[in-house]
Amino acid sequence: MSTTTGTRVRTQTSFSLWANRHRKWVLAAPAMVFVALLIAFPLGWTLYLSLTDASGSIRAPHDFIGLENYFDVLSDTDRFWPAVGRTAFFTVGAMVVEMILGMLIALLLWRPFRGQGLVRIIILLPLVATPVAVGMMWRLIFEPTIGFANQFLSWFGIPAQPWLAGEATALPTLMFVDIWQWTPMVVLILLAGLTSLSDEPDEAARVDGANAWQRFWHVTFPLVMPTFITAVLLRGIDALKTFDILYATKGKGGGSFHEVETLNVYAYGLSFDYQKYGESSTVLVIFFLMIIGCIWLLTIRRKKSSL
Amino acid sequence: MTTTATSLIVTTSPLQRRRNRGRGYKAFRAIMLVLVALTFLAPVVWMVLSSFKTNVDIYNSEAAFIFTPTLKNYDTVFGQADYVQYIWNSFFVAAVATLLSLLLAVPAAYSMSRFVMKKSAVLVLLARVIPGVSLLVPWYFVFSNLRIVGTYTPLVLSHMFVSLPLILYIMMSFFDSLPEELEEQAQVDGLTPIGAFLRITLPLSVPGIATASILSFIFSWNNFMFALVLSGASTKTLPVAIFDFVGYASIDWGGLMAAAVVVTIPIMVIALFTQKYIVSGLTAGATKG
Repeated sequence: MSTTTGTRVRTQTSFSLWANRHRKWVLAAPAMVFVALLIAFPLGWTLYLSLTDASGSIRAPHDFIGLENYFDVLSDTDRFWPAVGRTAFFTVGAMVVEMILGMLIALLLWRPFRGQGLVRIIILLPLVATPVAVGMMWRLIFEPTIGFANQFLSWFGIPAQPWLAGEATALPTLMFVDIWQWTPMVVLILLAGLTSLSDEPDEAARVDGANAWQRFWHVTFPLVMPTFITAVLLRGIDALKTFDILYATKGKGGGSFHEVETLNVYAYGLSFDYQKYGESSTVLVIFFLMIIGCIWLLTIRRKKSSL
Repeated sequence: MTTTATSLIVTTSPLQRRRNRGRGYKAFRAIMLVLVALTFLAPVVWMVLSSFKTNVDIYNSEAAFIFTPTLKNYDTVFGQADYVQYIWNSFFVAAVATLLSLLLAVPAAYSMSRFVMKKSAVLVLLARVIPGVSLLVPWYFVFSNLRIVGTYTPLVLSHMFVSLPLILYIMMSFFDSLPEELEEQAQVDGLTPIGAFLRITLPLSVPGIATASILSFIFSWNNFMFALVLSGASTKTLPVAIFDFVGYASIDWGGLMAAAVVVTIPIMVIALFTQKYIVSGLTAGATKG
């Protein structure tokens, strides 16, 4: 009697025993397999396509052509390199302004005040709004003849600007939209960092007679530095990936002069507007290597600064 | 005696000065706060106002704030275009992608947090770095060879690519902050480790799971690029529908703004009620350095 129940219990729980013993992998494996299938495989496939002349129909046969695409793309000063420049300009420009404005607004919101809840809800709105809708919203506001932006400028006697319609002004205008939408993200991250600080170092500096700027620059800022760097990384990565507002406001090829064509828009257009999958993959592989390089540089900085 | 006298003078005078400066700073701060709030709120208000204007009023700068509101634009959006279908598509894809991602990511996040699997975590978080286009090209190859482009399946799978790393990231920092003692206690009381995870840790993780789900839903709802390529006429999501609203001819600004309101307002209302979760999710792991 007792032995049969004993074996039954053991067979019932043998799976559970095995699962519990290997729970580290049992729990993590499904997600990792999914990631491998949907991310690692596509990356490998992109690498392969970048070495072929795949174009036209998706089922058309394609030939292996070695590094030819890479020579073509890297010597393309007409579309590729300007796109690299625009991507860098957009990313660095938007990120720097977002970090400065974000820090200022975070400091402004840091200490409690009346109406704090309301202001915090308001700065959350751009953050959750659909980027395509945000693009359309600003498209109306920046419309040269009927938009509110030029009407606003006219109150101060400033002449009307072409904004999104201008060859030189389109990209800075879209950077403004990106800054409007994502500065709140920096504010929230920095606020979380600021509120986790203890008051003591600031109080000590105050007692020592440090003024507001000195207290910020020598006490508060160094203390929130780790959070600040995290925000730089997050915003940098997201700005680099910006596609929605660019494509939604300027369409194929980033406008008639390719004035807002970043690497994302360029690679997307090559694949889905011109069906040049091979060349598009090459652009993506180079782009990806550039991103990895940037992150590598940033993390080295970070390690050095933490020493 | 003399030391106390000097220290008294030294301590009172900066206090006085600080009090005076304090008043000026308070006023300055109030003005700046109003400016900040206006900067982020005004464009949204403008969009909502424009969605209730006729195109004649949109073209008339005199009618910026005083005009007769009309529902004509919403009639265009819901009457002529099939926006009810697009709303359902957006909702369905976001909800299913979030649910499936939760099923996969929550146990994985637990395992990665408890066993400190740094390398696997880095690999999965790399997904946040990869630009969407570089995944779209190979997926498009695979999905169109399987002849499923235009159905819900590729949409849900591609949105999971955004949701899964996000949920993993949020849940990892949540589990990191959850003390292990309770699980250990439960195991002493006879639960298996997985049992302890299911019966003790999971119920305690509801706030974290709520945070992750809300953010995942919002990001999926807002996603444009994947649906632009992978959706068909009947599975089109809202952002793509708005993009298609802009024809080659002149833009129907009123209708466009109404469409933009239809996609943004639901998400903003959700944000109003779940503000705390959204903020904790967006800042998850950021303060650890």
